[in-house]
Amino acid sequence: MTSTNISEAAYLLASLLFIFGLKRLSSPRTARSGNLVAGIGMALALGGTFILPGMGNFGWIILAIAIGTVPGWLLAKRVKMTAMPQMVSLFNGMGGACAMFISLGEELKWLNGLDGRVGLLPSLREALTQMLPRSFPMLLGIVLGAISFTGSLIAFGKLQGLVSEKPLRWPLQKPINVLVVLGIIGAAVTSAGVISVNYHYALTWIIVLNVLALLLGVLQVLPIGGADMPVVISVLNSCTGLAAAVTGFAMKNMSMIIAGTLVGAAGSLLTVLMCKAMNRSLAKVIFGSFGGTAQGRAAAGASDKSQREIAASECAIMMGYARKVIIIPGYGLAVAQAQHLVHELDELLEKRGVEVKYAIHPVAGRMPGHMNVLLAEADVPYPKLLDMEEINPEFEQADVALIIGANDVVNPAARTDAASPIYGMPILNADKAKNIIVIKRGRGTGFAGIENDLFYNAKTRMLFGDAKKALQELTTEVKAL
Amino acid sequence: MSTLAMIYIFILAIFTGVEVIARVPTVLHTPLMSGANAIHGIVLIGGVIVLGMAGDDMVLCSLGFIAVVFGTLNVVGGFVVTDRMLEMFKAKAPAKDKEAK
Repeated sequence: MTSTNISEAAYLLASLLFIFGLKRLSSPRTARSGNLVAGIGMALALGGTFILPGMGNFGWIILAIAIGTVPGWLLAKRVKMTAMPQMVSLFNGMGGACAMFISLGEELKWLNGLDGRVGLLPSLREALTQMLPRSFPMLLGIVLGAISFTGSLIAFGKLQGLVSEKPLRWPLQKPINVLVVLGIIGAAVTSAGVISVNYHYALTWIIVLNVLALLLGVLQVLPIGGADMPVVISVLNSCTGLAAAVTGFAMKNMSMIIAGTLVGAAGSLLTVLMCKAMNRSLAKVIFGSFGGTAQGRAAAGASDKSQREIAASECAIMMGYARKVIIIPGYGLAVAQAQHLVHELDELLEKRGVEVKYAIHPVAGRMPGHMNVLLAEADVPYPKLLDMEEINPEFEQADVALIIGANDVVNPAARTDAASPIYGMPILNADKAKNIIVIKRGRGTGFAGIENDLFYNAKTRMLFGDAKKALQELTTEVKAL
Repeated sequence: MSTLAMIYIFILAIFTGVEVIARVPTVLHTPLMSGANAIHGIVLIGGVIVLGMAGDDMVLCSLGFIAVVFGTLNVVGGFVVTDRMLEMFKAKAPAKDKEAK
C-alpha cells in the first residue's frame, strides 16, 4: 500500500468518525464520548495528511501546531462557564481565518502555476468563462472564511462587552451592505478578467475582495443586538463549515468536504431549532430590528406604575415558611457567578422542608442549554431542573417564584401584548405564583430592551442588587430564621 | 477526483448532517454547536497541506503557517471547550448518588 492509500483510508475513517461523533453529540448520554470520537477522527485526518506524498516543512508545521495548541488549550481550560458562548465564537472565528488563508494560498498557487505553464495570455472571454469557474472555490472560500472571521470576532466582542451589545444603527445600512456584496462579486469577476492582461494583476483584486469580505462580516454583525448573538454564532458556525467544505473542493480533499458540509448542514438546522426555541425568525435576526417598537410602549406604560422593593430579611421569611419555591435563573445569575450560592440557598430551604425546583426556560442564560450547564457545574441535581412545559402547570401551587436575573423569559407581554416584539415567545408563567420575588441589578429593561409588566404586578417584590450579593444576604437571613 | 463526484458527496453530506442531529434536545444545543465548531476545525489539515507543499516559497509558507496556527486554535479550543461543557452533564450522576444517600 502506498502512503497515498493510507492517507485516503485515514480520511475515510475520519469522515465516518465525524458522522458518528456528531450523532453521539446529539444525545445527552453519549454526548461526551461523541466529542472524543470526533477528536480521534481529527487526529487520524491530521496523521493521514502528514504522510501525503510531497509533504515537507515538517518543522514549521509542528511549530505552528504548537503555537496554536498552547493558547487554545489554556483559553479553553481557563474560561469561565458563563463565558462559553463567546469562547465558541472566538474559536469559530479562528476556523474562518484558517479557511481564508488557505484559500488565499491555493489561489496564489493556482495563479503562479498559470504563469509558469501557459505562455500566451488568455483572451478576456477565455479568462471569464474558463478562469473564473476554476478559481471560484478559492474565491468563495476566501469570502466565507473572511465573513466568519470578522463576524465571529464582533460577536465575541459583543458578548465579552468589548463592543456595544446594543444593535448599532447607521444611515443607509442595507444599501451599504448590498453595495459591499456587489463589490465582492465585481472584484471576483475582475480578478479573473485581468488574467487576460497579466496574471499578477489578479492578486490586487483578490486582496480587494478579501478586504471587502472582512468588512462585510463586521457590517453584518454590528447591527444585531446581544440577545440574538447565539443565533448569529450558530449561523457563523455553519458558515465556517461551508468555508471548510469549499476549501475542500479547491484542494480536492474528501475529508474536508465531508466534515465541512456536515457542520454546515447540522449548523443550519441547529440555527433553525434555536430560532424556534426563542420564537424568532431567522430573517428578522439577521435583517430585522429588535426593540424598536417596544420603546414607545415602555415610555407610556411605565410612568403610572411603580415597583415595590423588599428587604432580604423579609424575602427570607417568605421563602423559609413557604411550602414550594420555584427558582427561575437567568443570565443575571450567570454573570454574577452565583450558581453555587443558589444551590446553597436551595439546600437550606430543603432542610426546612420547603420544596425547591428550578424552572429552566429553553433560552435561559445566553444560549439554549447554557443554564443547565451552569447549574450542573454547581452540583444541582438534574431532576430538580424542569423544562418549561413541565414546570409551567406547577406555578399555581408555588408560594414563591424567585426570579434571579431573568427578565424577558417571564414577561407576560409575550402572552398578552400583540404589539410587543417578543409576542408569541413561550414564557415561564411566574405571574401565576402566589408571590413573586425578583432579584435584579437595577430598574432597567432586559436584554431585549423591553419593559416587563411583571415587575409592576401587585404580587411582585423587587430585591435590587447584584445576584451574588443578594443571594448571600438571603442565605444569611434564612440561616438566621 | 471529478467535480461531479465531489458534488455528489457534498449533497449526501448535507442530508447526513441534517439527519444525525435532527432529534437533539434543547439542553444540548450549546454543546452540540461547540462540538460542530470543533469538527470544522478540519480546515487545519488544509493549512498543513498548504504549508507542507509550499516548498521554499515564502509567501505560501507564511500563509500556510498562519492558517495552521489559526486552525489548531479552532481544533484544540473547540474540542476542549466542548469536553468541559459535557463534563458538567456527566458530573450529575455522582451528585445524584450523594443526594440519595
